[in-house]
Amino acid sequence: MKNALRVGVLVVCAVAFLVAGLGLSFGTPAYTDMDDYMLAHGQEETGSNNIVTGVVFDYRGFDTLGEATVLFTVVLGAGLVFRRLGKKEDEYEYE
Amino acid sequence: MIENIPFFCAGLLVLIGLAVIVTKRDLIKMVMGLALVEAGVNLLLVATGYISDSVAPIFTNAPSTDMVMPTVQAMTLTNIVIGIATTALLLSFVMIVYKKYGTRDVTEMRRLKE
Amino acid sequence: MNMSNLVRSGANILMPFILVYGFYIVVHGHLTPGGGFQGGAVIATAVVLLMVAYSYENVRASVSKHVLKNSETAGLLLFIGTALLALTAGLAFFGNWLLDLGVIFGTPVAFGVNPGDINTGGIIPVLNIAVGIEVLGAMGLLLLAMLGGLKGDAE
Repeated sequence: MKNALRVGVLVVCAVAFLVAGLGLSFGTPAYTDMDDYMLAHGQEETGSNNIVTGVVFDYRGFDTLGEATVLFTVVLGAGLVFRRLGKKEDEYEYE
Repeated sequence: MIENIPFFCAGLLVLIGLAVIVTKRDLIKMVMGLALVEAGVNLLLVATGYISDSVAPIFTNAPSTDMVMPTVQAMTLTNIVIGIATTALLLSFVMIVYKKYGTRDVTEMRRLKE
Repeated sequence: MNMSNLVRSGANILMPFILVYGFYIVVHGHLTPGGGFQGGAVIATAVVLLMVAYSYENVRASVSKHVLKNSETAGLLLFIGTALLALTAGLAFFGNWLLDLGVIFGTPVAFGVNPGDINTGGIIPVLNIAVGIEVLGAMGLLLLAMLGGLKGDAE
């Protein structure tokens, strides 16, 4: 009974994802106005030959600041999990 | 319909990752299923921004000046880094659960009442 | 318990090449595909190679945690400081204040297809180096912590 329920859920999800694959058209996106402006004026406004780096660090630099903060916070959390307590290990060990 | 293959591949990757999360009983295999779902989403993002007969948006010795959309690739860069961060924290929590319960099986963790 | 002699000799030879290649990807981020995040991940691979070839007890004494922790903090502070210094030059937050100044990285770019010049870019190479240092510290710390295990395991 549970096996039939799992297989039914997966078949419904498969139909949904593959119908979405048929709806989009590959090679002709819908709106390209903002990207045409970035390709035409990106070299003189950011000063770099690589337009993707110009978008990541100059046009959308605020998202990169958030991403660097997320990386820092993850290392903070992982360091909290794996910490080593002081010399009096038997008193602080909670169980 | 045969030229929509990248979208079909992205949907297939998400479907396989979802099947792994639902079906398996081991905790580490569930984390790997989540990584598969994130890979499928990244492929879908990059495939959306493709324009026919165009090259990468870099002006250093470029073969032509018809280029693909660069904004979508910036979004994918951020998504990959956030995927790494999520997987690292999930694996740390799996290590703590294994140390406390002594097993990695999901069905046995529901019966231990501690 | 070490790996065999062949693995250790191969790791000894490959380490400087991996470090130079990762630094090249970071610095040329505004000319070729690459940038801060990709180059930082390549440099962190050198630390992983060291931990795989020699066992964890030998590596723990030589790769210090304080160097990695300080480098990660310095990278994030350099990123925010460079973005804040644009407020003193009259632009908004995150403005490109090095673009026409002439001190460093200030040459304007010729329009259209051209062979690249490393002296261009404004604040983008500085931000690339800051992010590269931060990703190197973060990945090294994560790998060292996870290989060490939880407290109470086999020390």
